[in-house]
Amino acid sequence: MRKLLRFLKPYTKEAILGPLFKLLEASFELLVPLVVARIVDVGIAQGDTGMIVKNCLILVALGIIGLVCAVTAQYFAARAAVGFASQVRHSLFSHIGKLSYSDLDRVGTSTMITRMTSDVGQVQSGINLTLRLVLRSPFVVLGAMVMAYVVDPECSIIFAVTIPVLSVAVFGIMLLCLPLYKKVQERLDNITGTTRENLTGVRVIRAFCKEQDEMDTFRERNDLLTATQNRVGRLSSLLNPLSYALVNLAIVVLVYAGALQVNGGNLLQGEVIALYNYMSQILVELIKLASLIITLTKAVACGRRVQAMLEVRPTMQMPENGQNPPPSDEVVRFDHVSMAYANAADVVLRDVSFVARRGEVIGVIGGTGSGKTTLVNLIPRFYDASEGQVYVQGTPVTEWSAERLRERIGVVPQKAVLFRGTIRDNLLWGNENATEEQMFEALRIAQAEQVVLDKEGGLDAPVEQNGRNFSGGQRQRLTIARALVRKPEILILDDSSSALDYATDSALRQALRRMEDAPTVFIVSQRATSLTHADRIIVLDNGEVAGIGRHDELLSNCETYREIYESQFRKESV
Amino acid sequence: MANQKLSSGQTRKTLATVLRYLKRYRLQIILSALLAALSVGLTLYIPIVIGDAIDHIIAKGNVNFPVIIPLLVRVAVCALVIALSQWLMSTLNNKIAFRVVHDTRNAAFRRIQRLPLSYLDKQPVGDIVSRVIADVDQFADGLLLGFTQLFTGILTILGTLIFMLTLHPLITLLVVVLTPLSLFVARYIATHTHDMFKKQSETRGEQTALIEEMIGNQKVVKAFAHEDEAVRDFDKVNERLKTYSLKAIFFSSLVNPCTRFINSMVYAGVALSGAFAVMADPIGFSVGRLSCFLSYANQYTKPFNEISGVLTELQNALTCASRIFDLIEQPTESADAEDATDIDKTQGNVSLADVHFSYDEDRPLIRGFSLDVKPGQRVAIVGPTGCGKTTLINLLMRFYDVKAGSISVDGQDIRQIPRRSLRQSYGMVLQDTWLRSGTIRENITMGRPNATQEEIETAARAAHAHSFIRKLPNGYDTVIGEDGGSLSQGQKQLLCITRIMLCLPPMLILDEATSSIDTRTELKIQDAFARMMKGRTSFIVAHRLSTIRDADVILVMRDGNVIEQGKHEELLARGGFYADLYNSQFDPT
Repeated sequence: MRKLLRFLKPYTKEAILGPLFKLLEASFELLVPLVVARIVDVGIAQGDTGMIVKNCLILVALGIIGLVCAVTAQYFAARAAVGFASQVRHSLFSHIGKLSYSDLDRVGTSTMITRMTSDVGQVQSGINLTLRLVLRSPFVVLGAMVMAYVVDPECSIIFAVTIPVLSVAVFGIMLLCLPLYKKVQERLDNITGTTRENLTGVRVIRAFCKEQDEMDTFRERNDLLTATQNRVGRLSSLLNPLSYALVNLAIVVLVYAGALQVNGGNLLQGEVIALYNYMSQILVELIKLASLIITLTKAVACGRRVQAMLEVRPTMQMPENGQNPPPSDEVVRFDHVSMAYANAADVVLRDVSFVARRGEVIGVIGGTGSGKTTLVNLIPRFYDASEGQVYVQGTPVTEWSAERLRERIGVVPQKAVLFRGTIRDNLLWGNENATEEQMFEALRIAQAEQVVLDKEGGLDAPVEQNGRNFSGGQRQRLTIARALVRKPEILILDDSSSALDYATDSALRQALRRMEDAPTVFIVSQRATSLTHADRIIVLDNGEVAGIGRHDELLSNCETYREIYESQFRKESV
Repeated sequence: MANQKLSSGQTRKTLATVLRYLKRYRLQIILSALLAALSVGLTLYIPIVIGDAIDHIIAKGNVNFPVIIPLLVRVAVCALVIALSQWLMSTLNNKIAFRVVHDTRNAAFRRIQRLPLSYLDKQPVGDIVSRVIADVDQFADGLLLGFTQLFTGILTILGTLIFMLTLHPLITLLVVVLTPLSLFVARYIATHTHDMFKKQSETRGEQTALIEEMIGNQKVVKAFAHEDEAVRDFDKVNERLKTYSLKAIFFSSLVNPCTRFINSMVYAGVALSGAFAVMADPIGFSVGRLSCFLSYANQYTKPFNEISGVLTELQNALTCASRIFDLIEQPTESADAEDATDIDKTQGNVSLADVHFSYDEDRPLIRGFSLDVKPGQRVAIVGPTGCGKTTLINLLMRFYDVKAGSISVDGQDIRQIPRRSLRQSYGMVLQDTWLRSGTIRENITMGRPNATQEEIETAARAAHAHSFIRKLPNGYDTVIGEDGGSLSQGQKQLLCITRIMLCLPPMLILDEATSSIDTRTELKIQDAFARMMKGRTSFIVAHRLSTIRDADVILVMRDGNVIEQGKHEELLARGGFYADLYNSQFDPT
């Protein structure tokens, strides 16, 4: 958490001035009982009307100064907190941009989103509150004691005893409650989960006649929750009565001691009233402080999580000034490559070797979980191979800089994602400097020209979040076009034509072949038809290469390939 | 959650329901109210006693200890009584609140288990969850704690007023006239910051959308080396959010200092007029009285500020209450018929006679559908999306009841069979895979909790799930999160199939059971399926026509009706809708 506070540095001025003005306000507040004491002891006792009026005006003046100080303090506090949060969000966002695919897999999307939104929000209000209140309450409490000392050193001993006793009571109860609150939240999450699960799985639960079991589970968890709540309740409901009783007993002692002092001639009547007022103030401030601490512990927990997110070290470092080799004939080479994901027991790819030359079409086929996507993800170095080496243009991918390597590769991911903006914005992702002509060329190859022409606004037609105003097939064609706009040397279609009908699929493949400087294309597919014309097909089975070759070769010599093919083409045999 | 306002009629109705629910806590609530009154009265009484004591601390050698000491003892006793009653009160309130929450949630959950699917299908899951969790909390907190706060607040105001009036009516008037000012100021600031809050939350929404889009698709962002541009876009929104947030936070934080300022003005006014009053009549209005008055003036405004908050809270609580009661009082599924009898050894003869059904009165879906399925037959249902395939399953499982006509199993109308018995005779795998949080084993054994490890593994092998389960960190005891967690869609589907392979009920319903599994694995599972279906009446929905070629009857559905019916070759030969569907998928040209 402390490390996170570095983001407050640009706001050092605000972070100091805010609390300072707050303290100023509190000091003026502490003067009020003294002024009242003077009204009583001097003004009323001596019948001095001018004196009374003057002191009441002082009260008004103190109020005004207090207001000005408070407003200034709030402003600085708000500025510092908001500025801080905005910096943190910026750093988080760009930090996430530096993470590798395996980091992203490990951290998880929803975690990252929570860190950036609600967690940062919590920290922001925590900082705001801290700057405004954390110093104020202890200051008022100690200030009250100091003022009491100024009024009467002997009576201030009562303050010196009361304050620690009260603090122990208030903070002790709070501290005991905190872990219990956490437990309550956990148990609440538990029953939330149970409820949601029961609703999403209602058909299965009813099909298996599990209603009674589910009710029993729920009741059990609900009982647990209530038991914990009762435990916290019993404890936390002690807080107010206990502190109230303590303060009032202290007041009783104080008034008695004051009476003794007055009797001995060391104190005036109005000063007793002042002491009484100071004692009442202490209680209010301590309770405020305690509830503030609860909010703060939450904010600190969020802050820690945010900091931890910022400390996730990108596991993959790509050289800043990597190689930039000229295109060679041997575009991609896998040399005994194996790959296992972090935290997974088994390897996903085992000892894969092959070479893809310029302009070749390479098919990759295999069952669910056979490692198809993993294989193509190694080419743009989204992941690192755990053994062996992947070469692009004759150079190991580990020696390329990210920018250089990836601008030569067009990737069309499995999930066709478009971003909010216009079609043009999306196409420019592929190449910032693309001309309209280049964009249309890419659209034509991707069989997406008609999609754009049919939309009102053409290239400037709006794209909603996740491209939800386009059909799956349209989205897929546009993502293909996006990858083509950069004229890639390598094009990777990761099961990208699954939403296209056969005719479009084959038109796409033909258009790709006809391109001048045709890229080396990797087509990952479950459909054997999409691959029959490939120069080479890599057949994967459970992470291992079951065969590499042309369609007809594989049909005759690769058992796995034949099975896949026949599972889709039993029509002939019917 | 609670953002829609209730009409006054609804409010009254909800209030009546709430009161009915609270009836059995009547005694506790009355006791709690009495305790509240006691502690408010005594709290206000203490300053008076202390004031009296101070009046007897006059000057050097002029302190009347015989009077002061009993007064101070009285203060101490009052303080202890207050503490005790406050403690009792909050313990009581907590008890009631937690109890109400607990019971309401149990009732809601029980009701969910018995609600008809026609209701649950229409209601978004998040909505019902928020009723059971957030609304119940708000309802109990807002209503019970809100009531106590409101009650003590009003008592405090009234008590203070009475005490002040007995002390000095004129100064009281001053306080009463001035304090509403702070309420006006608070209201004024609130209405004027509303706009800024709106802008802030709009911009925050925009930023969240951007975060979700970019972080959610971070892999695409990286693939296009688009990170820097993304940061640029983000910073633009971030900067705007900063500006709006600053304004919203700053202006709303003015309320507190401003009301405190007005309080301090009231305080000065009381001090001034009080001092003159003391000088005019030191016996009737003593210095001790003045000190007491000052402390009243200080706390008089607090309940006002609280009450306006409490009132909105109560409004909210009522809205939440109406949402939760609306759920709890939904009509349940019709009870099983009294003369319903279990079906034990189901033969698997299913017949539908002139079935009519629709989800929506205005849009009839299935009209006059009849079908007779003989034991052991395989029925395939095909057709485009939304043609009514899933509806048929809803009817077979009695998730929904037919509007007219009847469905019977082995000649017995399914409305004469307890739902439990009917559903147990079907094994169902849905396209929409559902797994619960728990271990793989718990998920597989849902239909047969006592299955041995050997039986489980046999079933998993048949469903081709064993090899991937074994690779998981803890094998069959690996805990998966809600809805399958990190498993792929295909793996989830394999687990759902294993679940059925293990309990093997006499009839099967497979709704796109293999849609996420690659064709080769599917082909292998087909063998297991074929063995499983042998002798079992099965209903298979699929859009992969290859899956259903071997069916005994193929039902081709369109717009809720069966338009063709027959075997694969017959339908192909007929050259109708089925033939079109088939050719569009398998013609490579």
